[in-house]
Amino acid sequence: MSAPAPARERAEVHARDRFGVRDLVAEAAAGIGTRPGRLLLTILGTVLGICSLVVTIGMAQTAAGQIARQFDAVAATQVVVQPRQQGWGEGPALATIPWDAEERMMRLNGIEHAGAIADVSVGDAEISAVSVRDPSAVATVQPIVMATTAGFLEAVRGQVVTGRYFDAGHVERADRVVVLGARAAARLGVHRVDRQPSIFIGERPYAVIGIIDKVARRGDLLDAVILPLGTARADFGVGTLAQVHARIAVGAGPLVAEQAPVALDPRTPDGFEVQVPPTSSLVRERVQGDVNAIFLALGAVALLVGGLGIANVTLLSVMERIGEIGLRRALGATRRQIGAQFLLESVVIGLLGGLIGAALGVAAVVVVSVLREWTPIVSTPMVIGSAFLGGVIGLLAGVYPALKAATIEPIAALRSSA
Amino acid sequence: MSLLEEIFTEPEPAPVHPVLELREAARTFPGPPEVHALRPTNLRVERGDYVSIVGPSGSGKSTLLHLLGLLDRPTSGEYLIDGIPTVAASENERAALRGESIGFVFQAFHLLDRRTVLDNVLLATLYSGVPRAERRERALAALDRVGLSHRVDFHPGVLSGGERQRVAVARAVVADPRVLLADEPTGNLDSVSSAAVLELFDELHAEGLTLVVITHDMAVADRARRRVRITDGQLVEL
Repeated sequence: MSAPAPARERAEVHARDRFGVRDLVAEAAAGIGTRPGRLLLTILGTVLGICSLVVTIGMAQTAAGQIARQFDAVAATQVVVQPRQQGWGEGPALATIPWDAEERMMRLNGIEHAGAIADVSVGDAEISAVSVRDPSAVATVQPIVMATTAGFLEAVRGQVVTGRYFDAGHVERADRVVVLGARAAARLGVHRVDRQPSIFIGERPYAVIGIIDKVARRGDLLDAVILPLGTARADFGVGTLAQVHARIAVGAGPLVAEQAPVALDPRTPDGFEVQVPPTSSLVRERVQGDVNAIFLALGAVALLVGGLGIANVTLLSVMERIGEIGLRRALGATRRQIGAQFLLESVVIGLLGGLIGAALGVAAVVVVSVLREWTPIVSTPMVIGSAFLGGVIGLLAGVYPALKAATIEPIAALRSSA
Repeated sequence: MSLLEEIFTEPEPAPVHPVLELREAARTFPGPPEVHALRPTNLRVERGDYVSIVGPSGSGKSTLLHLLGLLDRPTSGEYLIDGIPTVAASENERAALRGESIGFVFQAFHLLDRRTVLDNVLLATLYSGVPRAERRERALAALDRVGLSHRVDFHPGVLSGGERQRVAVARAVVADPRVLLADEPTGNLDSVSSAAVLELFDELHAEGLTLVVITHDMAVADRARRRVRITDGQLVEL
């Protein structure tokens, strides 16, 4: 027989009355919703996986943003120029920083602040707050002595705690004034400058006019007694400048690197070594890349575990619901419809886990950022993508159980009494 | 036959097919040893029939039920539902035919414990092409028909065995099947519940439903108008 025609008149079934997407979704939802306790356990793996993924990527982005910001703030705008030395830092300097280095540097475009620094050797001279020599006093470590130009403090972003830094006038007149680094001041017992305290270097008194703290570069300044350059030359015969520091506009690094040596000494520009900030984006990318790779690997492992969890529970659910599958087949469900139902259940479970996990992850990133006073950086596409990734995990995890469900024979299923 | 005669002859009425028809249908299970669960069999179930199939366990009852329910295919012969051959049909066609034509009632009820009574009945409308707008209405009507209007929102777990089987009957008839196929419908029921279910069968039969009841219980079989005995895979009309 061929082309069977229904003998009994039956209205052709309309497509919208067949088992459609709407029924599929309803059945899958019912299948999931009837066991809330199990659902919770099932999605736990995905929740943790997606959560850790969002947290790791979010924290990586936040941390990288943090690092990048520090680069922006300091590293990207600091320049150091110093004479190159012959050999490996032992030989004589190949160039000399001129005494007017500060003015020369300030003429360049992109330089916001500049200053030069020299080390000062005071020989045996003792540095003290009182001139009385107390033989019984315990010998203490002497503060170091340095000399700078007037603009140096600004160039290294130092802050004046009290009093003031010396200015160009002090330098020019070789005034006997000093500024103390915060730690040196504490050691010398100088806490305020309004009573015009003095310290002695050897026999000579110097008026303390200020105390500084918090420098972005040359942290040794905090342990130092800082003289105006002119004073140091006059009193201690300082012969050379050690470094020029400059604070530059963001992005001026390459230009300054090229022009600074020529400006300092047109005859021996090659004798200077210029440390300019690396292109900031490169640094940022490199750091971000390293951090992300590690965190992503962790998240991937967590996700794998989550996916296996879903696969496991869905398979268990299929085995448990063999009777239901057999019944549905007896009621006219096709293999495809059975498979689709379980696949959809798995996808929904995964998606649910993804949504919850992504939400928890964002919350975790925000909380951690708040606690550490960071700016949380979480990209929206990443979060949405992670939630959907949960659905994809569910889809992958559901394939095998769905196939298993689809191949269940109704006879065998119905025989196992429910 | 002349043209004139041909014109004036009454057109032959469309042939009325039996609802179920086995034509030399047999089912063997590959061995060794090969098992002849059902030897070549002819069986016609006409519209409005109430047939009981009795036999001891192992006689081939289940095999026959599976064949009649389109849950299994005969290894030889043909099986027609309302004149539609089913042996060569695709799995999907058979599933559709199963959903539209056959209502199952099982010994173990096979209700979904976590869904309401109404949901359980609605389940049968999902796959059988019952118009979406009518589904709920028809399910409620079917539940009313079996006397369970007051249990619509209950879960099967809290119902008695007899009530559960009546839910199953409601589910079996909601899609307006060509035949109701019952497998030991009273096997898990006490005598009072059994009587109620059999009473329901009688009523459904009186309303025109075709019933095939497979059982080993002669008391159940005797309710049917027509009885068939199966022994060692062979059918005998009683």
